[in-house]
Amino acid sequence: MKKYILLFITLMIFWLLLNSSLSLEVFVIGAGVSILISLMFCSKCDIFNEISLTPKAIYATLMFIFVFLGALIKANLSITKRVLSPSLPINPGIVKVKTKLTSKVGRMVLANAITLTPGTFTLEIDGEDFFIHWVDVKSGETEENTKEIVSSFEKYLKLMYG
Amino acid sequence: MEGILEITGGVFMVLGAVSLLVASIGLYRMPDFYNRIQIGTKASTFGASLSIVGVALIFPGWIPKLLAMLLFILFTNPISSHIVGRTAYFTNVPLSKRTKVDRLKEMSPGHLKKVKTKD
Repeated sequence: MKKYILLFITLMIFWLLLNSSLSLEVFVIGAGVSILISLMFCSKCDIFNEISLTPKAIYATLMFIFVFLGALIKANLSITKRVLSPSLPINPGIVKVKTKLTSKVGRMVLANAITLTPGTFTLEIDGEDFFIHWVDVKSGETEENTKEIVSSFEKYLKLMYG
Repeated sequence: MEGILEITGGVFMVLGAVSLLVASIGLYRMPDFYNRIQIGTKASTFGASLSIVGVALIFPGWIPKLLAMLLFILFTNPISSHIVGRTAYFTNVPLSKRTKVDRLKEMSPGHLKKVKTKD
């Protein structure tokens, strides 16, 4: 049941954003089509079941967005500095990190957050191992890299998805 | 009051444009494919988002649609970067000579076979 409702809400939000009006017919048409789509296509979308909606999880979501934006700005400035330095100070490499997250959505969000941060992107996921291409590798050690790249995001994702 | 919003919006748009300029310089300067992808995410996160925030400040009526655009960019960009980078790696696009470590190469050959036949 929960997955149908969550898909319905997501579709509805996008419909309203694209229409940018709240008149009655727009609302009714959107609601009708969203209900139809979520009933027709949501038999397989078990992924929504892993999202928890407790107050703690919502607080963690907000904190995650905050932390993520901070990391984004910091990484952007650092990559700008690297690109504009005449010597091009980069130490690229592919490192392996381990995540403690067990849910599929949690891992997906973590991988996407890592990719969106300039300087790191997820090349391959193999169970709990993430292979990450990093512009500034300091060492090949899994533990150290995990601490540096993953743990700040992981703390909140753990609360959100378990 | 309106003037302030317009000026801030303009500042945001200029910052976005500067970000895109730095990204294009980076595309030219980076040594290999994988480092260029990193610059691509920079262009879309900072360049596009700052420009969109700027437009939102100048035309507040467009905010819902701009928000939808921003969400679509932020959701789709990492997926495409990941797929492009992964395909490049498994079709042996060479890494630059400056690469320090490659932990993915240490995986067993069986792993690579699994990747090729998966979905």
